[in-house]
Amino acid sequence: MTSDAVALDPPEAGHYTLTLYVAGQTPKSITAFANLKKICEEHLEGRYTLEVIDLMKHPELAQEHQILALPTLVRQVPTPMRKLIGDLSNIEKTLVGMEIRPQHP
Amino acid sequence: MTGTSHSTVPGLEKAPTGIDGFDEITAGGLPKGRPSLICGAAGCGKTLFATEFLVRGATEFGEPGVFVAFEETAKDLTANVASLGFDLAELQRTNLLRIDHISVDRSEIEESGDYDLEGLFIRLNYLIDQIGAKRVVLDTIETIFSIFSNPAVLRSELRRLFHWLKDKGVTAVITGERGDGTLTRQGLEEYVSDCVVLLDNRVFDQVTTRRLRVVKYRGSSHGTNEYPFLIDKDGFSVLPVTSLGLKHGTSQERVSTGIPALDEMLGGQGYYRGSSVLMSGTAGTGKSSLSAYFADATCKRGEKCIYFAYEESEEQIVRNMRSIGLDLQPWIDEGLLVIHATRPMHHGLEMHLATMQRMVKQLKPTAVIVDPVSNLEAVGSRFDINSMLIRLVDYLKANGITGFFVSLTAGGSSLERTEIGMSSVMDTWLLLRDIELNGERNRGLYVLKSRGMHHSNQIREFLISDAGIDLCDVYLGPEGVLTGSARVAQEAQERSQQSQAAQEAKVKANASERRKRAIHAQIALLQADLEAEETDLATNQFGEAERMKRLGEVREEMAKSRGRLTPSSNGEKK
Repeated sequence: MTSDAVALDPPEAGHYTLTLYVAGQTPKSITAFANLKKICEEHLEGRYTLEVIDLMKHPELAQEHQILALPTLVRQVPTPMRKLIGDLSNIEKTLVGMEIRPQHP
Repeated sequence: MTGTSHSTVPGLEKAPTGIDGFDEITAGGLPKGRPSLICGAAGCGKTLFATEFLVRGATEFGEPGVFVAFEETAKDLTANVASLGFDLAELQRTNLLRIDHISVDRSEIEESGDYDLEGLFIRLNYLIDQIGAKRVVLDTIETIFSIFSNPAVLRSELRRLFHWLKDKGVTAVITGERGDGTLTRQGLEEYVSDCVVLLDNRVFDQVTTRRLRVVKYRGSSHGTNEYPFLIDKDGFSVLPVTSLGLKHGTSQERVSTGIPALDEMLGGQGYYRGSSVLMSGTAGTGKSSLSAYFADATCKRGEKCIYFAYEESEEQIVRNMRSIGLDLQPWIDEGLLVIHATRPMHHGLEMHLATMQRMVKQLKPTAVIVDPVSNLEAVGSRFDINSMLIRLVDYLKANGITGFFVSLTAGGSSLERTEIGMSSVMDTWLLLRDIELNGERNRGLYVLKSRGMHHSNQIREFLISDAGIDLCDVYLGPEGVLTGSARVAQEAQERSQQSQAAQEAKVKANASERRKRAIHAQIALLQADLEAEETDLATNQFGEAERMKRLGEVREEMAKSRGRLTPSSNGEKK
């Protein structure tokens, strides 16, 4: 589940770079990943990059983004950086927290 | 964990903190491999305690440590403790220390669904394993309560964290801010129950005193009192001086007071080495001068002396003592005499005591002078001063140092009564007092007590002149104790009375001599008369015999011439 990047064409305006930090295959990690996947596909189709980092394997990366709680989703682009903690089960809150607005055609 | 004695419980190992005094009151330090809670209000030294615990662990006990800072950045922390001589950067370079600053901005975090603090565990675990840390500090973990909004999750996570730390076998120090009616704001004491230490910073009469108390320590005996502590350039030190017993050795050796006449009053030899001397008196009775003489005597023997001055600066003392013929400067230059001059208000009593102890430790003097202890009343009550003095005296005695304490007593009140509390810890008590008489103020010196030696019960007049200090006997006569010019006048009068009496006696002796001589003359005269009389008598007797003889002869001749001699007489004649 590491560096499981789902990348699309070169970053452009409205592109999202997301990182999900988890610790091993815990139920919370799995739920969070599933929820995130679902949200991205529904709302950010084709304009997001997602990286999943397992801190069990790369503990040194926890310090870099000041990760305390897990799972944590970090939105690095667009700036400013946003952090969302939890298993993302509250879709509404996740969308607000990530400032993801539905795409207008 | 059922035992109460630290020595009989095999499982309870201690991790020494290296903090001056703390290891003594906890009989070895913090419980090894368990978390301890250090709590207290803001600014009372929690972070410093924790930092010193790590630094000493790394430098003195070979136990690497991890510092997780929730409030300060590593840079700030390093800078803050640099003034105490702790080089955190160097320790980090040599892998004896790791600092992790956990800063999470509440505003950039949103919550959605379940979460835990596994991230913190991972970070900690990573840091600990990196350098094989044995000690961990979490300063101040309660901050997470302001980051995350779900206290229920946080509490269960904290409980898990402390268990985890225990399993990991690290000795952890967790700091917590003091809350309202509880030891910590979030009730951390609920989770960390092995050892809880409370720090306190109290302001009394505008002077702050820091105090430390071990609230609980499972499975170990510990000092239960509130111990004053201080933070100075050498770090944290707790002062468990009250734990000292009366077990100090005593010396038979005597040390001079610096004034021969005073030595004379104290059994001819002065104070006992390692004893405590109290010198009390009203203002201007020469207390400082006596102290300076004692300092001088100590330095003359080539021994070190520390003079704690709370009234005068070093230069002023030297100048003033020169005026009475005592030059202390050479001793200062030689390093034998150290004058430490501060204002009492400069810091609290405990700080004064700690400073004294620290200086004594460093310089190893044989005599310590405190001039005056009574000035410390500015920063503490009489009770506090007494308790401080007891500790100081005990400390000095334990080290065989002679303590000389000067006390200024208020005029008017009974000198003996005002210092009853101090008296019990003092071995020798000298009292200087004013004697006012005939518009003059003179100084008198008594020895109120001096344990273990014969001492004079006399009051001596205490004279200070250009040539120094001297003691002389006061005049004790039918008119009471006379001092100063009254004494001089009395002595002069006495001298003149004496010479007058002597003259009278001489006159009397002369007269009787004369009479004697007259009688002798008379005796001689009578003797002469007697002799004359005897001569007369002898002459007369001789004359009579002669006359009778002549008469006989004449008669014979007459008979011869007459030729009528009796036959018998003729025959006989033939």
